[in-house]
Amino acid sequence: MPKELLAPLPGVFYRKPAPDKPAYKSEGDIVAVGDVVGLIEVMKSFIEVHAEASGKILRFIAGDEEPIMAGQSLLEIE
Amino acid sequence: MTISRLLIANRGEIAVRIQRAARELGIKTIQVHSAADANSLAVHMADEAINIGPFQAAKSYLNIEAVLAAARATGADAIHPGYGFLSENPVFADAVEAAGLIFVGPKGETIRTMGDKAAARGAAQRAGVPVVPGSEGRVADLDEALNLAEKIGFPVMIKASAGGGGRGIRIAENVEALGPAFDQAAAEAKAAFGDPGLYLEKFIGNARHIEVQILGDGVNAIHCFERECSLQRRRQKVWEEAPAAVLSLEVREALCASAVALARSVRYRGAGTLEYLYDEESRSFYFIEMNTRIQVEHPVTEMITGIDLVREMIRIAGGEPLRYQQSDVRLSGHAIEVRINAEDGSRDFLPSPGKVTALQVPGGMGTRFDTLLYAGYAVSPFYDSLLGKLIVWDTSREMALRRLGRALGELKIDGVTTTTPLLQRLVEVPEIRAGVFHTRWLELWLVTTTEP
Repeated sequence: MPKELLAPLPGVFYRKPAPDKPAYKSEGDIVAVGDVVGLIEVMKSFIEVHAEASGKILRFIAGDEEPIMAGQSLLEIE
Repeated sequence: MTISRLLIANRGEIAVRIQRAARELGIKTIQVHSAADANSLAVHMADEAINIGPFQAAKSYLNIEAVLAAARATGADAIHPGYGFLSENPVFADAVEAAGLIFVGPKGETIRTMGDKAAARGAAQRAGVPVVPGSEGRVADLDEALNLAEKIGFPVMIKASAGGGGRGIRIAENVEALGPAFDQAAAEAKAAFGDPGLYLEKFIGNARHIEVQILGDGVNAIHCFERECSLQRRRQKVWEEAPAAVLSLEVREALCASAVALARSVRYRGAGTLEYLYDEESRSFYFIEMNTRIQVEHPVTEMITGIDLVREMIRIAGGEPLRYQQSDVRLSGHAIEVRINAEDGSRDFLPSPGKVTALQVPGGMGTRFDTLLYAGYAVSPFYDSLLGKLIVWDTSREMALRRLGRALGELKIDGVTTTTPLLQRLVEVPEIRAGVFHTRWLELWLVTTTEP
């Protein structure tokens, strides 16, 4: 059963640390608990989003620079 | 030229504040907003509202074309930029005037001059205003830096010419430390800005941040006394007062006179603020920069002078001369403002947007709450965390502190976490009650103090 990673805060989701940098993680990458998988910009602050389970990233549900709600699924890990 | 339809190119509490001033002058208000702000208090209060783009500030509040198109579509004759966003953008100020509209603020060329650190420093020096002792522009090499540092005295601060955001800055305590600090700062400046150029300034350790409010009509200028804004976290002001209790009458007079001299020398038009560092030991003040707009903390000045600064800046923009002479501006009592932010002070100021389920606003004599909130409002995650500003006035600083504690106790904002508990603790701290602090005091206090 894939595990969904939920957004801890509302805001804007970013998959890259900066516009001209590569994405933190891509679909198919193996992640460990605590790995940074993206950023959420909330009220002009940037909060890191960490993986809560280890495994392979099946897919990103939220896109880069997409507005998100708290509790929304960001990605699936198997 | 008089103003009859004012477009407000901003959001939040300052948009509400500007609408109030406009309405009292009999001016119709037109509120621009992003799609995310359709249910804001400013939109509800305005005579007219117009959607100028999606939630991203770059596509709405910072979009010059979208703001000008909204002004044309609604028949606005003037634009008030508030603070932040386009308020200090000379391209915007010029574009507003080129479109045949009034920009509520100084001329684009004034914003351009005073927005450039080196140019503003030069203007201050020509007007006889003291600046932080340092190099005239860039220092060529380490030898020149050493010579200069010996002359102005250690500690010195080495800063990137192209800098910003605290990068490329090093402090050297003595001759031995200057060489390594110089090399590190140059490397950091080159990496961050592609330009290794450095300049040198005397480092003023436990300085206070004191700023002077001025009003000008392009010919005359007056001051409305000073504000003390030393209580900051990450360079964001948290608590502001007027007047600065630390100043003697003589120093206050000299400080405010220097601000008027600089404002007159650039033929300043509108409301503006000159920021200074104040060194308590030597009782010296040094000009650092000018803000060519209304500031967040303007209400404390309004409370001690009785002058409605936003109303005056609209009148001046409409072509009226200054209605006050310097002798008309009297300082009375003491005012304190605290910023109520949607942040959790117990979790490293984690932002806390969300729906406000209930709201109880403080009231009573000498108590003012400038806010964007209403009960049921959903605080957006897309903009800054300022929910409101609680401002109190009383006959003395001691009484204003008591009134602030009383008013904070009445404030209830349910549904989001706010900085109110932190501010309630600060009111009781002995250093704050005694007025003994500097610009780094609050951050030090935050790391050394524990929750009660």
